[in-house]
Amino acid sequence: MIYREAGQFKTTYASDQAIFPILQDRIFVGLVALAAFVAVPLVADEYWLQAILIPFLIYALAALGLNLLTGYAGQLSLGTGGFMAVGAYSAFKLSTAFPPLNIVIVFLLSGLIAALVGVVFGIPSLRIKGFYLAVATLAAQFFLIWLFNKVAWFTNYASSGTITAPTRTILGLTVTGPLASAQARYLVALAFVVVFALIAKNLVRGRVGRSWMAIRDRDIAAEIIGVRPLRTKLLAFAISSFYCGVAGAELVFLYLGSAETLAFDIGLSFLVLFMVIIGGLGSVLGSFLGAAFIVLVPILLTNAPHAVGLNLPVALQKQIELMVFGGLIIGFLIVEPLGLARLWQITKEKLRLWPFPH
Amino acid sequence: MKRRRLMIAALVAALAVGPLTGAVLAQGNSIFIPLLVYRTGPYAPSGIPIANGFVDYFNMVNERDGGINGVKIAWEECETQYDTKQGVECYERLKAKNPVLVNPYSTGITYQLIPKAPVDKIVVFSMGYGMSATSDGRWFPYVFNFPTNYWSQASAVIRYIGTQEGGLEKLKGKKIAHIFHNSPYGKEANPALEELAKKFQFELTLLAVDHPGQEQKSTWLQIRRLNPDWIFMSGWGVMNQVAVKEAVAIGFKMDHFIGNWWSASDADVVPAGDGAKGYKGAAFHAPGANFKVHADVVKHVYDKGKGAGKKEEMGAPLYNRGLVNAMFSVEAIRTAMGKFGNKPLNSEQVRWGFENVNLTDAALDKLGMKGFTHTVKISCEDHEGSGPVLIQQWDGKKWNIVSDWVQPMRDVIRPKVEVAAADEGKSRGYTMRDCAKEK
Repeated sequence: MIYREAGQFKTTYASDQAIFPILQDRIFVGLVALAAFVAVPLVADEYWLQAILIPFLIYALAALGLNLLTGYAGQLSLGTGGFMAVGAYSAFKLSTAFPPLNIVIVFLLSGLIAALVGVVFGIPSLRIKGFYLAVATLAAQFFLIWLFNKVAWFTNYASSGTITAPTRTILGLTVTGPLASAQARYLVALAFVVVFALIAKNLVRGRVGRSWMAIRDRDIAAEIIGVRPLRTKLLAFAISSFYCGVAGAELVFLYLGSAETLAFDIGLSFLVLFMVIIGGLGSVLGSFLGAAFIVLVPILLTNAPHAVGLNLPVALQKQIELMVFGGLIIGFLIVEPLGLARLWQITKEKLRLWPFPH
Repeated sequence: MKRRRLMIAALVAALAVGPLTGAVLAQGNSIFIPLLVYRTGPYAPSGIPIANGFVDYFNMVNERDGGINGVKIAWEECETQYDTKQGVECYERLKAKNPVLVNPYSTGITYQLIPKAPVDKIVVFSMGYGMSATSDGRWFPYVFNFPTNYWSQASAVIRYIGTQEGGLEKLKGKKIAHIFHNSPYGKEANPALEELAKKFQFELTLLAVDHPGQEQKSTWLQIRRLNPDWIFMSGWGVMNQVAVKEAVAIGFKMDHFIGNWWSASDADVVPAGDGAKGYKGAAFHAPGANFKVHADVVKHVYDKGKGAGKKEEMGAPLYNRGLVNAMFSVEAIRTAMGKFGNKPLNSEQVRWGFENVNLTDAALDKLGMKGFTHTVKISCEDHEGSGPVLIQQWDGKKWNIVSDWVQPMRDVIRPKVEVAAADEGKSRGYTMRDCAKEK
C-alpha cells in the first residue's frame, strides 16, 4: 500500500537507471543516512560507537571489498586478512614517515599499496580456479603475516612488534590516536563506507561489474564475447584489495588503536568470508547485512542472559554463544542459501503486493 | 514463508536488542573491579586457574572482612578468549560501570589499554606482564606492572644462570637461546637479553615460535644444531607443553631449560610425563597451597560452597598468580582508603593508592602471605618495584622452589626502562611528570 511505484513515471534515461528508482527507497535511504550521520553521533554512547558501530563499519568495508572479488568476479579468496594487514602497515609507515600528510590521503595511499600487492597475488587466478585459488590466496595470507612479523622495519623497529596509531587530525579535529573522540572516528569510518559503497554500487552496475559477472558465470564464454580475463580478474583483485587495505588501515587507526599481526590472522579472513556468504554473494547490501550479523549477534548473545537477569558463568555463556551463533548461521543458510540480502529482497517484493498478495 | 518472516523478525530483533548491556549495577557501598578472563579457547588451561584465584580471593575478602575496610568488592567477569578485539569490547562494556582498575591479563590487550588509561583515567594493572617501559611512572601514571617486569625477569634469570655456572663472568662465550611466542608478549624480553648478551658476552640466539605454537619442529632442529648451554623460554598456552615435550624428545638437559613465569605451570609439564622432571621456571610467588591465605580461602569460600574451582586445584602456580594479583589490587585500594577514607573510591584515588603501595613483611604476614611473595614498594617514579624472582623446579609431581630470591640487575634494566619510557612517552605526546612536586 505504502511501498508502491505506481504513478512514478520515468521520463529520462537517468531516472530509469538510478540506483534507487523508487521514491520510497530514496526517502528510506536518505533517512538512514541522515540518522547515521546526525542522530547516531548525538545519541549513541561510547560503548555503542567504539565496540559496535565502528567495527561494524570497518568490517562492512572489508566485506564489500571481498564481495567484489568473490561475489561479483567469482574469485574465492582467503587472503583478506593479509591484504588488510598490508593496508594497516602501509598506513602506519606512511603516517609516521610523513606526519603532516592528511590521514585521508594516508588511507587512500595504503589502499593503493594493498591493491598492488593484491594484483601480484591475483596473478595465479589466471591459471587456477575455485578451491585451488583459495589455497593460492591462503599463501598470500601466511606470507604477508610472516613478512610483517619478521621484518622489523614495518613496525619502525618497535621491540614488541606492535604498531600504534599516531594522533592525526582532519580540519583540526582529532580523528586517530587515543585522544580522538569515538564520534569523530565513527564519522570518518562512516564517510569512507558511504563513499566506497556508492562507488562499489556503480562499479557493479556498469561495464566493469558486468565483465566481472561474465567471468564469474562462465569464463570461457566471457572470453569469447570479448571480456579480457587478465585485465578483468586482476582489476577485481586490485579493487577488492584496495577496499580491504583501507579497511585494514581503519581497523588499526580508528578501532583498535594499536595492533600486532595476530589481529590480521587467518581467522579474520574467514570472518570476512563468512560475512560475505551470510550477507549474500554478489550484493552490496549483503556486505552490510553480513557484517552486522557477524558483529552484532555475538554481542547480543553475550548480553542477552544479563538483560533477562540470568547470571550464567562466563565460560558457559561463551560456549552457549558459540553454539547458538553456529546454529543461527546454519539456520539462515538453510532457510535462505542466497544470504540475508535475498531475504531483504523478498521482503520488499512482499511489501509491494501487500495487502493483496496473489 | 512464515518461517522466513520469523527469521526476518528474529534478525531485526537481534540487531535492535544486541548491544543493550546488562544492567547489573554495583550496589551503593561497593567498589567495582572488572575481570577480563579467558575460560574458553586455546588459552583456557592457563586462564581458568588465574580467574579462579581472583574470584576466590575477592570472595574471601568479602566474606572474611566484609570487604575492604567495610567496602564490598563487586566484580564482573568478561570472556575475552585471550583475543584482543574481544578484550577491547569487554573493556568498553565494563567501563560504563565505573571500574577503578582493570587487569587485562593479556599483553596484547594491555597494549590496547595503555593509550586509553590516561584518557579514561582507569588504572591498568598488568602484574608482571605488559609493556616493560611502563615501569617508569613519570611517563605512564596510570599503568602499573609491579612486582617486576619482563626485563627484570630476564636479567634475574641471567643472574641465576650465572650463579649456576659459577659466577657472572663465566657467562662469557656461553650459548643461551631464547624461545619466544611471536607476539608483543614474547618479544618483550628480547631487548633486555640483547643488552645483557653484550654486557656479559654470551652468545644469544632468538628463536620465534608463531601463534599458537603447536608446530615447533624447525625451532628444535635449530636448537639441536646450536646445542645451547641454556634455554630461556617466553611461551604461553599450548606452546609451552609442546616445547617441553620437544626438549624431552631431543634429550636436552631439563635443568638447563628455564621458562618465564607464564611458562611454568602444571599444564605445561604434565603432558611431557617423567621427562619433564627438572624443568625450571621463574616466579614471583611460591607454588603450593599450604599458606595461611589458602586456609582462609578454604574456610571462608570453599567450605561455604562458593569456590570458583575445585579445592584440589588450589596452589597451582597460576591459581596463586590470581591470588597474588587480587591481593595487590585489594591492598592498593586499601592504601588509597588510608588517605581518602573508607568509602567507595574513584579511579583517580585508587591510582594514588597504587602509587603508594608499600607491602612490608609485617603486612604480608597479616595477609597470611608471609614467604608467599616478596615485599613491594611503589613510588611515583617506579611503578615496578624491581622485585626479585624465584626459580622453581618441577620434580615430576609438583613445583619446588630451588633458589633464593634472585635480584634483577636494576643497574642495567632501570636506565633501559627510562630510555624506553621516554621514547614511548614522547611518541605518544605525553609530558613527563615531575615527581618531586607530587610529594
